[in-house]
Amino acid sequence: MNSDILAPLLGGALIGLSASLLLLSHGRVAGISGVVGSLLMPVRGDVSWRLQFFGGLLAGGLLLVWLRPQSFAAPSSLSLGGVAMLVGAGLLVGVGSRLGNGCTSGHGVCGISRGSLRSIVATLTFMATGVLTVYVVRHVL
Amino acid sequence: MRPSFSAFFSGLLFAVGLGLSGMTDPANVLGFLDIAGDWDYRLAFVMGGAIAVHATLRPLIRRRAKPLFAAAFPSSHASRVDAKLVAGAAVFGVGWGLGGYCPGPALTSFATGAVPLLIFVPAMFAGMYLVQWGQARTREKAERPGLGITPST
Repeated sequence: MNSDILAPLLGGALIGLSASLLLLSHGRVAGISGVVGSLLMPVRGDVSWRLQFFGGLLAGGLLLVWLRPQSFAAPSSLSLGGVAMLVGAGLLVGVGSRLGNGCTSGHGVCGISRGSLRSIVATLTFMATGVLTVYVVRHVL
Repeated sequence: MRPSFSAFFSGLLFAVGLGLSGMTDPANVLGFLDIAGDWDYRLAFVMGGAIAVHATLRPLIRRRAKPLFAAAFPSSHASRVDAKLVAGAAVFGVGWGLGGYCPGPALTSFATGAVPLLIFVPAMFAGMYLVQWGQARTREKAERPGLGITPST
């Protein structure tokens, strides 16, 4: 198999496995924006598994920093415009994922695996606006 | 496996999967979204691999009467496609295309302590909080109609 796609395929399989484990153990959908976003307005009795998952994500990040640092972007200097862009991007990702009830993981992986029409529509929509945004930034501006 | 262990392990597995797949480097994500340029098709296989595994395992898991450590599976998921869903997804996509980060990779990369993430992640949480605060307010008004003066939006 083409080694170019082996890592993405394997990484994707681990993500699918993770989502399956969370469904098996807690009956929950591994949608990151939902799992983590709900911690901002915590509901009694519905906090611990979310914190654990969040902790697991960060621990996994640390593990990658240690064992596979090339997973992350190389450090680079940041302009003032770059800072403003990151703030804007973060706000849009936060607002959009909660308003649309999901992000790449909840809709793109879990929802599509379930055959949910809502998730298929959401995924096609954010793919389209993502492509459009990159097009405008890279080829128009 | 103890319940306290499994959600943590699931998060860990998720992060390692993201890192291995290339999703934690925004350059890959933006290259994937740049279909008009030198298109980097590799990340399509991340979603493909994840869906293949989860779509296979999910029906087997749902055969169980209940999850291992919870009283029941969620009874049903929303099924109606509405304007809120499409608008939210559209806004999310713009943010994703601007920064190259969606929530999972952003939180995983937060562990690096790199400056862009120290900016992006708090902004993302602020955006999430804004929507949840608005939704909670709307719900409150709907539950106590006598006290609401402004019409709900």
